[in-house]
Order: sequence, then structure tokens, then C-alpha cells
Amino acid sequence: MSTFLQQVLNGLSLGSIYALIALGYTMVYGILKLINFAHGEVFMIGAYAGYFGAVGLGVEGYGAAGFPLYLALVVLVFAMVVAALLGVSIEFLAYRPVRSAPRLTPLITAIGVSLFLQNAAMLAFSPNPRPYPPILREVRFELGGVIVTNVKLTIFVVAIGLMAGLSWFIQRTWTGKAMRAVATNLDAARLMGIDTDRIIRATFAVGSALAAAGGILFGLDQIMINPLMGMLTGLKAFVAAVLGGIGNVRGAVLGGLLIGLAEQLTAGYLSPDYRDAITFVILIIILILRPEGLLGVVRPEKV
Amino acid sequence: MQLVRRSAIAVALGVSLYALQLWLADGLIEYVQRIVLLAGINVILAVGLNLINGTTGQFSIGHAGFMAVGAYGAAFFGVKLGPIISGVIGAGALADGVTFNVALLIGAVLAGLAGLLVGAPSLRLRGDYLAVVTLGFGEIIRISFNNAHFLGAATGYFGDTPAGLPAYTSFFWVYGWAIAIVILIRNLTFSQTGRSLTAIREDEIAAEAMATPTTRLKVLAFSLSAASAGIAGGLFAYMQSGIRPEDFRFDKSIDMVVMVIIGGLGSISGAIVGGVFVAVTLELMRDLQQFRLVLYALLLIVIMLVRPEGLLGSRELPELIRSRLGRAKVSK
Repeated sequence: MSTFLQQVLNGLSLGSIYALIALGYTMVYGILKLINFAHGEVFMIGAYAGYFGAVGLGVEGYGAAGFPLYLALVVLVFAMVVAALLGVSIEFLAYRPVRSAPRLTPLITAIGVSLFLQNAAMLAFSPNPRPYPPILREVRFELGGVIVTNVKLTIFVVAIGLMAGLSWFIQRTWTGKAMRAVATNLDAARLMGIDTDRIIRATFAVGSALAAAGGILFGLDQIMINPLMGMLTGLKAFVAAVLGGIGNVRGAVLGGLLIGLAEQLTAGYLSPDYRDAITFVILIIILILRPEGLLGVVRPEKV
Repeated sequence: MQLVRRSAIAVALGVSLYALQLWLADGLIEYVQRIVLLAGINVILAVGLNLINGTTGQFSIGHAGFMAVGAYGAAFFGVKLGPIISGVIGAGALADGVTFNVALLIGAVLAGLAGLLVGAPSLRLRGDYLAVVTLGFGEIIRISFNNAHFLGAATGYFGDTPAGLPAYTSFFWVYGWAIAIVILIRNLTFSQTGRSLTAIREDEIAAEAMATPTTRLKVLAFSLSAASAGIAGGLFAYMQSGIRPEDFRFDKSIDMVVMVIIGGLGSISGAIVGGVFVAVTLELMRDLQQFRLVLYALLLIVIMLVRPEGLLGSRELPELIRSRLGRAKVSK
């Protein structure tokens, strides 16, 4: 029983990282109907931005005393801003010119951007994995036979906090409302005087910032980061978005948590070799049985 | 009469391929020979992928998985059947040729079956979803080979002897298969079935309304496309002493997509040009090792921004030349 609880705990903390990344996929898809393949790379760059931010603030010098909390927050905000700028530039340089092209063109462009960022990162940061700086000193304690670490708890709390913030943003602010309007019907939103280009830019900025937060949390959780980490993690987050119902913000969170759980339970009870495969098995099952996702709505196909 | 003419052409082609092979083996350094072989394999990959991505308008970015199935299938069965075939017809060049082609066909059938298995459920999906499913399947296939201990798992499959797989792959067989597959796919594309595939690309709902069995045709095109990737995989396997799961990573699928896109989605001659182009440029850029993939990705983005239809669009080269000549005459 305690192993099961342990796996569930680890799964939820990993899943909340997937959920943060999945939000970016789902928001962009909701508005542009584009699978932003480069989103996984934005997540990776976010993790590196956090790495360099923490190293720049002299994280190693704090030793056993630990990195002060306010500096950790500075690192988080720095990475989120870097990623937001990156996301907005990708949108402006690569996606905007092909926005009205047939659907495969932006998809291929997105794959190109993803490959470009991966390889540029290998050049810039070297392909070798790097140990993530100790932004948070790990403290372990036992709770009813389950080993809980402050890192896992922080991941969970930060992720939930950001998601709550996003929910507030989408429901309560003018920009959030405009985002929902653009997602429902881009042309109608434009006719109502919404600057759709600005809203699309804002969507990329918010989604990318969340991915960067996910990147830092991933670094804390997995200890190592490398330039190719965005591909597989990005794909899993995308599957999470599809599982929850792509375009649906709550679905992305649910999907992320479920994928994280499935992965940990597979690794724990079946074999760690299959932890990456289970995601794709889930994807295929969901696409066959319920292509609109768990919380998605069926839309009739228009001719 | 036509049969006689066609067999004559086939024999002439075979003889000239063999002559070319002798000349190449003699005249070219090994490095160049390798590029020539890779170019031929790429042509098979590109023309096969173009059938589904170009002609039918579905989007697979997981074909490396089918290539892997073909490669492993051909390698495994070639190694196991080799002694049996030699036992029946006596060891020698003939037995090698028979073993090799039987192995390739087994690989192709297995890859085609894998295509059927993947295609049947997922081809009901459209566009970008299909892309992600194929990607996922490609990864599952690779992960499975990574864990298949009778196939060497992550270290790769090198046959049963320390010498590794026999070097069956030669210019003759690569280009013989390439020509056969190009002709097969060309004939399919310009047949009634091919027209239906194009109809699916242009407007699936309209095609369905015209009583085109869309799902069945998509699955057919997908399996054939997977089978040709399987042949390419088999040829690739016997080019080196062994194959590893890493040879068939996601990048390999992207390579194939790039070949088809450079040439122009939907154009067979374009796919041929793209396949050769990728083999040659990848080799030329080998000195730039770390910049190679960055440039490659930039190329992909620039093509999409500047000329999304690729070099030839969906036209064929002979048709293009003819129309150019025609225009020249008119202007006179």
C-alpha cells in the first residue's frame, strides 16, 4: 500500500508539470488549431533560463543554508519572461506568416522550429546533460510509510498556484475574456473590435511562461536537464492535452495529472522500460474511443 | 507484344544496372559509394512516404518505425533463412541473392502489416492528429526494439556471427528495388485508385459523397507506404554490419518528411529529387557536424515560408519540362 501511495505521490507531482506544459498546447490549439510542436522546446529553454538565472545569482555559494526564497522567485520570474519572449518571437517570425496557409504548412513550420531550437540549444549549451542547481535543498520526511520531499510538495504547490492564477486570468480579466472569444470564433471576435493579433501574442506569452515554470520544476524533480528533454516531455504534455480534450483548459490539467500517474504506475508495477510507451498507448486508445477527449465537446464537421 | 517489349526493357535495365555496379565498384571510393547507396534508399523512402503524405494528403511523421520493422525483419529472417536456402540450392552468389530478396520481402510484408495495424484505427482521424499518432507509434516501435532481447535490445542486432550481417546491399539491388517501387507507385498514382487517393486529399467529404471508400483506400495507401519503408529498411540493414534502435529515431522520420517536402508534396519526381538531395547535402554537411541540423531545420522553415509547395509543387518533372518547352514554342 505504501509503495502504491508513493507512486501516486510521484505521479501527481510529475503530472502537475505535464499539466503546466499541456496548458500551452491547449491554449494555442484552441485559438489557432495548430499543434505548436515547438512548445516542448520552449519548456526546455525555460529550464535552461532557470539554470543560468540561478547560477548567475550565485546559487552554489549558499551551500547548506539554501537558496533564499525571494531569489528562487526571481529565477522563476526570469525564466518565465525569457520563455514568454521566445514564444512571442516564434509566433511572430514563424507562425504568423503561414497563419492563413493550408493546415499542413504551419504544422511543418512548427516541426522545423522545434528542430531548430533543439539543435541551436545543443550548440549553445552543449549536448551533455547538466545537473540542475540546488534552487531548493531537498528535505525528506516520512509520512505513514511514504517518503515525501519538500521538492515534490513545492512542485505540486507551485503548479497548482500557477494554474489557479491562469484560471483567474482567463475568467476575470479583459484579456482572458478576449482569449475565450477568439477561441470560440476568431472572425466574430475581430468584428467585435478585439485585436486578435494581440490576443494571439498574449496566448503564446502566457502558455510559454507556464512551460518555463514547468521547465524549472522538471529540473528540480529530475535533477538533470539536457537540450533534447523538450521532445519527449513535450509530446507527453501534448498527449495530456488531447486526453483532457484539446482546447479545454481544465481538461489539460486533468490530462496532465492522469498521464503523470499512468507513467509512474507503469514504471513502478510493469517495467521502467515502458514508462514512455504508456503515454502513446493512452493517446491511441483515447483517439479511437473518444477523439474529443475526456472533457471535450463533439463538434460536427463543417463542409 | 507489349509483354515482350516490357521484359526487354526490364532485362536491358538489369544489365545496365549491373554494368554500372561493376564500373562504380571499380571507379569510386567507398565513401562516395555509400552516398550513392544511401541516395537510392532515400528515393525508396521518399517515394513511399509521398504516396501517403503527398498523394493522399494524410500526414505521417513516424515512418522511421516502419523502416525499423522492415530492417529488423529482413535482418532477422535473412540470418535465419540464409543457411536453409544455401542448403537447398548450394552456397554461393545465387543463394545470397535469393536469401537477400526473400528477407527484404519478409521485411516489407511485416512493415506493411505494421502499417495496417497502425493505419486501420488511426486513419479515421484527420490531419494533425494523425501526425501525432504516427509519431507515437514510431516511438513505441523503437522502444519495443530497444527492449526486444532476442534482437539485441539497445546494443542492436548483428546477426548470429561476430562478423555481423552479410553485406548483401549493392548498387544493383538498391537501384533495382528503387526503380521497381517507383514504377509500382507511379502506376498506382495514375490509376483509378490513385485518382481516388487524390480526391481524398482534395476534399475527403466530397470524395466520400461520391462513394469513394475513403478509409479503406487510406489504409491501403498507408500500408503500401509502410511496406516500401520496410524495403528501404532492409536495404539499409544489410549496408552495415548491424542495426540499432537509435538508427530509427524521430529524426529519421523527419528526414523523410524533409525529402518529400523539398521535392514538393504529391510529386513522385519531386520525391526522387528530394531523396537524392537530402542524401547528398547531409553528407556534404558532415564536416559542419554540429551546425548540420540547425541549417537543416532553418531550411525546412524557410521552404515553408517562401515556397510551401516545394520545388516542384505537385507536378511531375516530365510534365514540367513539356510545359516549359510548349511555352517556348508559343512565344516564338
